[in-house]
Amino acid sequence: MKSHIRKVVVLGSGALKIGEAGEFDYSGSQALKALKEEEITTVLINPNIATVQTTEGVADFIYFLPVTPFFVEQVIAREKPDGILLSFGGQTALNCGIELYRSGTLEKYGVEVLGTPIQAIMDTEDRELFVNKLKEIDVRTPASIAVTSVEQALEAARKLGFPVIIRSAYTLGGQGSGFCTSEKELRSLSQKAFSYTGQILVEESLKGWKEVEYEVVRDNHDNCITVCNMENFDPLGIHTGESIVVAPSQTLTNSEYHTLREMSIRVIRHIGIIGECNIQYALDPRSEEYRVIEVNARLSRSSALASKATGYPLAFVAAKLALGFGLPELKNSVTRTTTACFEPALDYIVCKIPRWDLNKFTGVSHHIGSSMKSVGEVMSIGRSFEEAIQKGLRMIGQGMHGFVGNRNMEFDEIEKELAEPTDMRIFVIADALKKGWTVEQISKLTRIDSWFLYKLQNIVQLEEKLGAFQSLDELPDDLLREAKIQGFSDFQLARIILKTDPEHIEHRLLDVRKHRIKRGIVPVVKQIDTLAAEYPAMTNYLYLTYSGVLHDVPFEHDNRSVVVLGSGAYRIGSSVEFDWCSVSALNTVKKRGFRSIMINYNPETVSTDYDICDRLYFDELSFERVMDIIELEMPRGVIVSMGGQIPNNLALRLYQVKAPVLGTSPLSIDNAEDRHKFSSMLDQLGVDQPRWRELSDLSDIYDFVEKIGFPVLVRPSYVLSGAAMNVVSNRDELDHFLKLAADVSKKHPVVVSEFIQHAKEIEIDAVAREGEIMAYAISEHVEFAGVHSGDATMLFPPQKIYFETVKRIKRICREIAQELNISGPFNIQFLARDNDIKVIECNLRASRSFPFVSKVLKTDLIELATDVILGFPVEKLHKSTFDLDYVGVKAPQFSFSRLQKADPILGVDMASTGEVGCLGEDFYEAILKAMFSVGYRIPRKAILLSTGEPRSKVEMLNSARALKEKGYLLYATRGTQQFLEANGIDSTVAHWPDEESKPNTIDLIRKKVVDLVINIPKNLTKTELSNDYLIRRNAVDYNIPLITNARLASAFILAFCKMDMNDIKIKRWDEY
Amino acid sequence: MNEPRKVKLLLEDGTEMTGKSFGYEKPVSGEVVFNTAMTGYPESLTDPSYRGQILVLTYPLVGNYGAPAEETENGLLKYFESDRIHISALVVSDYSFQYSHWNAVNSLSHWLKKHRVPGIFGIDTRALTKILREKGTMLGKVLMNGDTVDFYDPNRENLVEQVSIREKKVYGNGKYRILLIDCGVKYNIIRYLLQLDTTIIRVPWNYDYSKEEYHGLFISNGPGDPKQCGTIIEHIGRSLKEDKPIFGICLGNQLLALAAGADTYKLKYGHRSHNQPVRLVNTPRAYITSQNHGFAVNNETLPSEWEPLFINVNDETNEGMKHRSKPFFSTQFHPEASGGPTDTAFLFSEFIRNIQEYIGEE
Repeated sequence: MKSHIRKVVVLGSGALKIGEAGEFDYSGSQALKALKEEEITTVLINPNIATVQTTEGVADFIYFLPVTPFFVEQVIAREKPDGILLSFGGQTALNCGIELYRSGTLEKYGVEVLGTPIQAIMDTEDRELFVNKLKEIDVRTPASIAVTSVEQALEAARKLGFPVIIRSAYTLGGQGSGFCTSEKELRSLSQKAFSYTGQILVEESLKGWKEVEYEVVRDNHDNCITVCNMENFDPLGIHTGESIVVAPSQTLTNSEYHTLREMSIRVIRHIGIIGECNIQYALDPRSEEYRVIEVNARLSRSSALASKATGYPLAFVAAKLALGFGLPELKNSVTRTTTACFEPALDYIVCKIPRWDLNKFTGVSHHIGSSMKSVGEVMSIGRSFEEAIQKGLRMIGQGMHGFVGNRNMEFDEIEKELAEPTDMRIFVIADALKKGWTVEQISKLTRIDSWFLYKLQNIVQLEEKLGAFQSLDELPDDLLREAKIQGFSDFQLARIILKTDPEHIEHRLLDVRKHRIKRGIVPVVKQIDTLAAEYPAMTNYLYLTYSGVLHDVPFEHDNRSVVVLGSGAYRIGSSVEFDWCSVSALNTVKKRGFRSIMINYNPETVSTDYDICDRLYFDELSFERVMDIIELEMPRGVIVSMGGQIPNNLALRLYQVKAPVLGTSPLSIDNAEDRHKFSSMLDQLGVDQPRWRELSDLSDIYDFVEKIGFPVLVRPSYVLSGAAMNVVSNRDELDHFLKLAADVSKKHPVVVSEFIQHAKEIEIDAVAREGEIMAYAISEHVEFAGVHSGDATMLFPPQKIYFETVKRIKRICREIAQELNISGPFNIQFLARDNDIKVIECNLRASRSFPFVSKVLKTDLIELATDVILGFPVEKLHKSTFDLDYVGVKAPQFSFSRLQKADPILGVDMASTGEVGCLGEDFYEAILKAMFSVGYRIPRKAILLSTGEPRSKVEMLNSARALKEKGYLLYATRGTQQFLEANGIDSTVAHWPDEESKPNTIDLIRKKVVDLVINIPKNLTKTELSNDYLIRRNAVDYNIPLITNARLASAFILAFCKMDMNDIKIKRWDEY
Repeated sequence: MNEPRKVKLLLEDGTEMTGKSFGYEKPVSGEVVFNTAMTGYPESLTDPSYRGQILVLTYPLVGNYGAPAEETENGLLKYFESDRIHISALVVSDYSFQYSHWNAVNSLSHWLKKHRVPGIFGIDTRALTKILREKGTMLGKVLMNGDTVDFYDPNRENLVEQVSIREKKVYGNGKYRILLIDCGVKYNIIRYLLQLDTTIIRVPWNYDYSKEEYHGLFISNGPGDPKQCGTIIEHIGRSLKEDKPIFGICLGNQLLALAAGADTYKLKYGHRSHNQPVRLVNTPRAYITSQNHGFAVNNETLPSEWEPLFINVNDETNEGMKHRSKPFFSTQFHPEASGGPTDTAFLFSEFIRNIQEYIGEE
């Protein structure tokens, strides 16, 4: 090991976004653990306050600052580290590191880049360098020829052979790219492309080739291993982040597997990786021809998946190798006796399935392809592909019960859907198989290897067989067992055999459960041991399967274990914050002398690290599976309040079968979850709430809206298409929405609520014990109500709320806690206008903001809550929230740039994919740090203003004046310009996108004349394609910071007009 | 499709497991061993080292890519390690009745039936592996249709005799003449050597090669207990007195050790996988290797003119040895892989370099 390295800076990846999510909390945490083991002082820079890695004790020093060269340099200057780790914080950290290297900053401060040298990183990042580097060792990459005319394109295609793909260099959104099978097609497409750009690339097409990845590790003695290979179920052309992926590969022969493996090693030796990297191949499905697609010289989403798939701690080992250790010196942390210099042997199959949330966005295409749109993923483990895929499809958590047994999964245009895949593709395959399409037909259209399709066909055929039975008693045991081996859930069986309707299925699936337990058809627990049982292993990493007869582990049944239910797939609305809560709960359980048991299935998390708990069940969070585990473990209790909505929703059902749910009674949880029960409780307490009604008749809806007045929030319970929830401002919109989105009936009522505008939104996160509040944190939103709380910018402690408001909020909170007899964490959201307080939501579980307020307070509210839940005495938190002499700001991160055509606008549905939290001595400093952390910059030149309705125009007036005083050039759309002029502020008219006159808003954006765009939508409805949309979308596509909320825009503008980058203090968390 | 027939796997310790048949239906007995490789069943099934053994694959999904065609190349079957299936029976968890691969011509089931080898699926292979691991390997039998068969211990027989070639056979027409003692050689060894400008003289295990003209001696892999192969050990002993380069693999390593005067023993945990790390002695270099052996050379018993060449990083057992002064070396692992990683294929070139030096080319 390098003995001169005593202090190391680790760069995090910032907020979670599409393409860069929780996997880097996992890899960063592992790296920090590895450094800590060597007694190296660690300095972490990461503004993502909800992560586990930014928890006290994980790193020695933590800076909640943007991962940008400006801030990292200042931290380096202050901390004087010996080394820096760049490969644990995704592309964000890598890019930042490359910039610091290029600018000479690292050299200036004598900071050594640990692990893969920068030159090697650059060789993999630059396409041309990369292709040439691989050419040196005769490794093939896709052939590509740059051309500048149609004739040249044709010539290039003749050379490469049809089909070819043409790509336009330097255009956005894939305009002018496409697939050509003939000269005619190429001629027409390239002509079109040349209207956008002067140069196009003609590339050989690898459409339909298999996509295979290897995770490769190398130490500085040149020892190399491949830890895992993975095969994409979807063929090349679909981004690996959008693909279903299995590990290990299933359709490769020994020769294919090892040819690619050997090449992986050759490539990373030649590039000079030290640590870990990922290499992606295209493999011809009809020969051993291959191409190397790319190498990622850092930990990646795939490496996190490979770690979880194999039990091999890639990030931990990579960090040790960066310190100079050799692979054979390191121990396999699963067996603890064998070496880390080996390649895991799996005796199971894992299946990764992406989770999309495309319904949350307007305008975005549902087609999946070469760019990533998924927001999370799940990993399922089984001993048959059928078991793994069915488990995985349930884990995704979008109402599916597996590959079959789902409702309303019929598709009209199967052929088209198969050929042009969307996020529903797997269910299209199910429908096609049921309708008698052959594997050959489906394979031809999808290019999915027939092996996978045969396996899926097995599921469909078994469903048919099962469907022929009407009762459990006539069902042969062998067939029932086979169904379980193929991953059928009790729910599916209840639906397929008992033909149960949705209303009674919860009850009937218990009958299935009872029946199969009686027949001795139960799952077994197997270990993930990295060696397929070849040597004894000390491993607590477990999963359940029906392909087996013996458990690998004993069950103590000593009343000393506590189960914590995790949060499942990351998705919009539930992400790393609940992982932090889960991990904190596990730590507390352990600290109190109990054995901690985790159930979760998200490969991007720290909670699914097997060394975080005493037992990890990497398995479903379904009622069935949780009960399987509870019946095996017979734990002291189950904690359902840490993992967000998934465990929260299980609480009542677990309670009904007498499972030991700890903390707040599930009956209380139900009282808070059930709209009617909660509402009548508030009425009883005399607590105000926005008026609402659940209505199933159109005339009742109109009558009610008449009474409360527009705007109203409409929530259909059954959605045909489009948005689930909308705010409508007038009768026309209401008509339109009800027609478009909802089938209103007794069975599918609509909830209509009063929508209060211009009200402050305030939240309280608190912990109570038997109804008595032990700790609380009140925070306020910068934006007015109407922006989803997950998309809001949050301030803690609050800066601008009345004392009286706080008093009332505390009183209401106390009353609710008492009434529901809460024991554990909870969160209540309020609207406040003047001192008029209304409750809008109450969750008897940890909320999204628990890590944020805990870290600002420097008091772990989850630890406190867990102590309450476990029945340990706790002291009331005396630290008053107003005593802090600093401010925390939590800001959302959006991923609109990844979601082509989506309207980057905020509304009642959440759209952000992540968040950051930063500290400052005052509000301005904190909000600047937070805004910089989510990609905003201080504009240098000009700002484009389009400030919407009169009220927001007024709201923006002061900040416009401040901008003017700062000397910024202001462009404004006509109405805004007139309003500004009337108020004595000069600005230049910028014409709407659909106008001919110059300067045009779109030109200003595309030519980067403006470097900040403020576009405040005029009303609250989701508008169709419009001028405003074009302005917003172009701002996103051309990477010009965009703000669409007047309150946030004002706050940000006033902040950067008051202070400069250099006024921002570089302070560690512990220095506040 | 007919419902597959139920099959019983019975171990000598009384363990009984029930699965279903996907292979030839006849009762068999043998030594039950496992392999943790995740690919390469056509290679394993035709590996002569598995002679007399009932093979359990720990990787649960088997048969995915079917069985390749029996094409020949340079007088050898192109996609297999010998001319037939050597295992006595195959035991898996999840057999894939449908297969998909461009070079497959048959299903694994069809291929097993053709070679009259039983196959069982639906067995908890992980539970089975843990039993085998703890008790060392064990005898077992595969029973169906109420038939019975006695336990059979292949280690008491001269298995090498069963798998070795019957008559001398010559491959290639290269410059360097290699005398290959066939104890059950895997074809990939011959394939590797043929790439290096060689002529291979493959001789039966007990063949007296003292009259043959050659530049280097190769001792192949093979099944069973090395101590059953007295004749070969005797022949090798004579070669050790000469200076012609020697290279041995697997059983070849053990035979060479016995001929040199060292001892072999049965391992507590046999090595049967594609992921075994070995360290090149006195260096920080390690390689991932393919292994399949239940016996090992005792490092402590190596005579003074010999030293360990490779050591297993996990259990420190012998993975190869070399002579301190003469061009003799051997490995316990399989540099020819097939199946498994190809990290140590350079050893074949090493052998040829020794030959070049010996004949005065360098």
